[in-house]
Amino acid sequence: MAFQLKPLPFEMDALEPHMSKQTLEFHWGKHHRAYVDNLNKQIKGTELEGLQLGDLVKHAYNNGNPTAYFNNAGQAWNHDFFWESLKPGGGKKPTGEVLHLIERDFGSFEAFADEFKQAAATQFGSGWAWLVGIPAGSHGEDKFGKLAIEKTKDAVNPLVLGHYPLLTIDVWEHAYYLDYQNRRPDYISTFIDELISWEAVTARLEQAKATINFYDVKMSSI
Amino acid sequence: MAGLTLPASRRLGSALQALIPVTVQSRGFQTYSLPELAYDYGALEPYISGEIMELHHSKHHKTYITNFNAALEKLHDAKDPQSIVALQSALNFNGGGHINHSIFWKNLAPKNQGGGEGPQGPLASAISTQFGSVEKLITKMNSSGAAVQGSGWVELKHLVVETTANQDPLTNKGLIPLLGIDVWEHAYYLQYKNVRPDYLKNIWNVINWKDVSSRYEEAL
Repeated sequence: MAFQLKPLPFEMDALEPHMSKQTLEFHWGKHHRAYVDNLNKQIKGTELEGLQLGDLVKHAYNNGNPTAYFNNAGQAWNHDFFWESLKPGGGKKPTGEVLHLIERDFGSFEAFADEFKQAAATQFGSGWAWLVGIPAGSHGEDKFGKLAIEKTKDAVNPLVLGHYPLLTIDVWEHAYYLDYQNRRPDYISTFIDELISWEAVTARLEQAKATINFYDVKMSSI
Repeated sequence: MAGLTLPASRRLGSALQALIPVTVQSRGFQTYSLPELAYDYGALEPYISGEIMELHHSKHHKTYITNFNAALEKLHDAKDPQSIVALQSALNFNGGGHINHSIFWKNLAPKNQGGGEGPQGPLASAISTQFGSVEKLITKMNSSGAAVQGSGWVELKHLVVETTANQDPLTNKGLIPLLGIDVWEHAYYLQYKNVRPDYLKNIWNVINWKDVSSRYEEAL
């Protein structure tokens, strides 16, 4: 069964003035659509058609030797995830457990925001910046999972690294050029202040807890 | 397809020095400044908009130079190998950006300065031998350029069509760049949006073949 281009979770003008309708018409309507259409052409008639998109991405990454359809698969997944990371009237600070873990693992929300902005601004060329959950034991002595920030190039995403994506910002130039031109840092600040859907991040964190233990084992068994 | 590799360093170095303005700091290291264009920002219209040219030159290229100079200052001050090696990607990215764009501005010319007028002389024969015709070269460059994933360049090097990622300098791999076309989205997005192939089709109207030829002849 072919992959479909899912509708945006909001109206095209709902993110104005932070992300224009014109940007979304091209970004979702042309770029994202092309990734989906081209992926379908590449896998048509093969056994890959039955895979879930996330599994297809991991399969296509092929342990760092990506196949011909990796770019389209990765970008199709990344863009679905990106639209769901945005909401009208978003941004500001998270609450609850997301805020607690951010403060625990970054020191403060401000420190998280600074590190996220830095990662997104310094991804050379095309790519993405992410907030992820990393399973315990991935970083040497860590006995429990933690939040971290990563940046990836082109179509790469944290799934292929075994990490759990919680939030992303697209820093390919097509994501911001019509609205911000070369001013990528302004786009990133606006994303943090006005666009992040912390509800989506919260929901993803809940799902992440099925496979990642974010707390000391002793405490969580109380 | 013989990709002739020529010992590029000496000739390329002097060729680049001819076009890149430098300053020597009182502290003893060289910094770089934005080269002027040989034409107005609007002179390449309608093929590349004045808005793109102004942003591309006065913001993007300028930023690569600013950041390159900052990295060079850090390099000058670095006291140990670790600090030096840590500067590698900043130097490659920003220095590469400066090199690539300096060549790119010279590879372009308005119609009234010869832009779009096909190659003559030794370059024309070499293209005919290597690719069959200028049209076939253009087709090959455009399909390679359209296929670059993410950000990068498609270039004609002596005499091979290659692509590079991000700002990896056209001078990498020891081949001499003759012509480079920027396929980063900032190079075309405001005008052509997602339709990179249209940009690639139209840019040939303002390619400065005289500049490409002189680079070719200098490399012979």
